[in-house]
Amino acid sequence: MKILVAVKRVVDYNVQIRVKEDGSGIITDNVKMSTNPPDDNATEEAVKIKEAGKSKEVVAVTIGEEKAQETVRKALAVGADRGIHVKIDGIIEPLAVAKILQKVVEKEKPDLVFMGKQAIDDDCNQTGQMLSALLNWPQATFASKIEVKDKKLEVTREIDEGLETVEINIPAIVTCDLRLNEPRYASLPNIMKAKKKPIEQLNASDLGVDTSSRIEQIKVEEPPKRKAGIKVSSVAELVQKLKNEAKVI
Amino acid sequence: MAVLLIAEHNNKELRPFTLNAVTAASQIDNEVHAIVIGQNCTEAAKSLSELPLVKKVIHVEAVHYENFVAENFAPVIVKLADNYSHIVCSANTFGKNLMPRIAAALDTSQISDITKVVSSDTFLRPIYAGNAFATVKSKDAKKCVTIRPTSFDSCESSGGSAPIEKAEACEEFGRTKFIRREEIKSDRPELGTARVVISGGRGMQSGDNFKLITSIADKLNAAIGASRAAVDAGYISNDHQVGQTGKVVVPDLYIAVGISGAIQHLAGMKESKIIVAINKDGEAPIFSVADYGLEADLFEALPQFLEELNKLNTIQK
Repeated sequence: MKILVAVKRVVDYNVQIRVKEDGSGIITDNVKMSTNPPDDNATEEAVKIKEAGKSKEVVAVTIGEEKAQETVRKALAVGADRGIHVKIDGIIEPLAVAKILQKVVEKEKPDLVFMGKQAIDDDCNQTGQMLSALLNWPQATFASKIEVKDKKLEVTREIDEGLETVEINIPAIVTCDLRLNEPRYASLPNIMKAKKKPIEQLNASDLGVDTSSRIEQIKVEEPPKRKAGIKVSSVAELVQKLKNEAKVI
Repeated sequence: MAVLLIAEHNNKELRPFTLNAVTAASQIDNEVHAIVIGQNCTEAAKSLSELPLVKKVIHVEAVHYENFVAENFAPVIVKLADNYSHIVCSANTFGKNLMPRIAAALDTSQISDITKVVSSDTFLRPIYAGNAFATVKSKDAKKCVTIRPTSFDSCESSGGSAPIEKAEACEEFGRTKFIRREEIKSDRPELGTARVVISGGRGMQSGDNFKLITSIADKLNAAIGASRAAVDAGYISNDHQVGQTGKVVVPDLYIAVGISGAIQHLAGMKESKIIVAINKDGEAPIFSVADYGLEADLFEALPQFLEELNKLNTIQK
């Protein structure tokens, strides 16, 4: 079984982002970038399945500018076998990402495609589902547990009401939740070894996919600031304030 | 052209956020049609028809719609899409799972989780865990939009009498099988709609200690929330998680106990009207968004809190 893992380069989750003064976006110059956190869970799960002898190959793919390759390199350092980097500059909407991934799937013919359930930059939560639709494959989104069975996966999904379990036939798409597993850290020897693993370069423009923007970003602004609160010195004072000042209890 | 609103329900009743989604849909266009897809969901269809903002209800029934599998739902919507300019649904796990499947099939770039309708093609939506807001304009002829329910009021739920039309079911997808749902039943208000929410974080130290929170929740008729750290540690189940990848809540009162306030948690609660933080670390970022901060050991503060509440003659419910 072959697993394709899609990873995205995003502003690191610890960075307090800042909005550009002209409202054209957020500041990314000299800002720490990392792999989108749930994409790390997707890689980890694929590698675990391989280590359990249920997969022969794990291929990591990313789409984006030159530096996006770092995310593939990181996936290789934690156990993916080889990488694919589809080069394209600028903001790419999830629909275009799904179309590019569809081309990669047609070429690679994986049995499973894993990715994070949501990217923490645009917070769209669309790509996996869109790819499933384009391929007409089953989808299991927001996965917190995956069991590989013969030609099937049993996936536990985190939903608003609790948990849901579905069985999906392979080939299929799974989007991963942060609770799916604990992504490992790459060891130094593995980071060195990863440098020798191949990364195939493709140009999005060669894939025959319409990646034009369908959504115009008119402006980006900061959220309204909350006015500064106060510290209370005791529980009694807190309850009194909630009762008589805020009038919420 | 009209807006098609996909109702979320449990085959008997509408889920409460459907009413918020109807409000958002009506701000896009007056002509709101609502579709209910399910099995034995006549009651839900009837409830939809009673919403005064809904002009027509489309009711689709089949055995394979019982468990809301997106692969089965999407073709039904895609088949009807020609008649609509917009397809709208709540941005909760139901809508997040379903809408992109529809959008891709229609070759439309979806706009997720909007908090405001600026015009029929322009919307406001949070990005970067709500640390920025983007105003975006869709250039697609057909628009697929999911709405953040807590950013829209719920619509009137009675007085309407929209006609209910039956529509044909599509074939079953067949390669996705629903196995089971583990729904945690509770008598408490729902997290997403509760007037008061009290949440615990890693500082609670154990699931057992959440009893301290439960007793206060009982007193305030509050829903119980949690930070991702508390859910990851197994103190409480995932349906309680508030934050960027959990639920977004906007209660009148949000009480954060033993929660440091990572930006991912703040994303889910910082629009609350009044925020209280109880934390022994005076430098915790949660204090930066709190209206009332109490720097204290929660194991002392929570029993005192309950005691003080017991002294009050009246408590709002």
